[in-house]
Amino acid sequence: MNVKLMTNETDVTGLKAGDAVSFSGIVYTARDAAHKRMTEAAAEGRPLPFDLRGAAIYYAGPTPTREGEIIGSCGPTTSTRMDDYTPALLDLGLKIMIGKGKRSKEVVDGMVKNKAVYLIAVGGAAALVKSRITSCEDVAYPDLGCEAVRKLTVKDLPLLVAIDSRGNSIL
Amino acid sequence: MYNCKDIVLRLSEAIDGALKKVDGDVLNFLKAAYENEDNERAKWALGQIIENDEVAERTDSYPCQDTGVAMLMVTVGQDATFDGPLADALEEGVRLGYKDGRKSIADPLTRINTRDNTPPVVYYDVVPGDGLTVKFLAKGAGSENMGGVRMLTPSKGRRGIIDAVVSIVKEAGANPCPPILLGIGVGGTMDKAALLSKLALLRKCGESSPDPDIASLERDVLDAVNALGIGAQGLGGKHTALACAIETAPTHIGMLPVAVTVQCHSVRHAEVKFNER
Repeated sequence: MNVKLMTNETDVTGLKAGDAVSFSGIVYTARDAAHKRMTEAAAEGRPLPFDLRGAAIYYAGPTPTREGEIIGSCGPTTSTRMDDYTPALLDLGLKIMIGKGKRSKEVVDGMVKNKAVYLIAVGGAAALVKSRITSCEDVAYPDLGCEAVRKLTVKDLPLLVAIDSRGNSIL
Repeated sequence: MYNCKDIVLRLSEAIDGALKKVDGDVLNFLKAAYENEDNERAKWALGQIIENDEVAERTDSYPCQDTGVAMLMVTVGQDATFDGPLADALEEGVRLGYKDGRKSIADPLTRINTRDNTPPVVYYDVVPGDGLTVKFLAKGAGSENMGGVRMLTPSKGRRGIIDAVVSIVKEAGANPCPPILLGIGVGGTMDKAALLSKLALLRKCGESSPDPDIASLERDVLDAVNALGIGAQGLGGKHTALACAIETAPTHIGMLPVAVTVQCHSVRHAEVKFNER
């Protein structure tokens, strides 16, 4: 497969569903619990743990970090569980979502409206993803354990564009 | 007499090892699927899964971050004696075995995490003799969420069983991390069928039922599921499921329960026979 290089600066409207990409850049981890808190904060006008404008969220909750390592195993989790919270985050500028599995119609509508893209990593490929993470920084909600928000720098993360910014899907 | 400290130690070591290694038989099925797959995207996914499982083994890392809920299938002889409470020893074995694993267990309503991945889900089977065998299965949420039970009427028969499984797998789509394994329980009651579906998953991957009729049903279910074309990670192709195992039990004249447990490709399990060294 022809693989396109992608960073946080890539114009996501140029990506098409089915494109294989190798992503290098910054992603923030967030799962159900962090999404709930972020959307509640946004609804109440409180600050969010990171600037969502142009940001990439990776749906993942790693295993604990072992002594001397950057992070634990860190594969994608099922994106559907974030669907109820996602349209609000897209309206706040979220540009790139990385997870696994299908999305709801509401999410796809929000993606088209805000020109965002949804990529999938291979579910269960957590050791492989771990080997492509070069830094990890705690950002928010440490009480959530593996569900806390972390800022990751990744290098050459293999992904597929599952739904593009025009709403075309390969799933 | 069984020593509870020994049970804790041996169970925890078995769990720790199992969580860091995908079942070798499943890995062989994944490699065969990769060789046999024509769909470019599905091959991309299968290639990454195989690479991942090899990286995990090489680096002593968890192949999947979802180290799951611990399920223990305990077979205990009725003459066995213990120097303490067996249930406590099993729970402590899980706690220690998950020391480095992800803590994924929470209260169902408050969602407050128990922080040590306990309690496990435990089933006991009491048999003659004084043996003690514990089978461990790590069950991740992505695939477990996609299981289901259908209480069919007996008239639906064999066709109804196949249709029920196909409908559950179709609904699951890419969510349970295909290629999947299917554990199917047929008969008993609603809960018995569900338990049988878990026991079916403990069979060696790809091994048929010794009953030729059930073995033939396993093949038909597998073919029907793979005809869906969901494929690896939902990307299409020939490999939605790698294997299907069915366990049955007698049921009521007015019932035909069918339970399906969906298992992702990251199969992590262990067996400890405590009366053997």
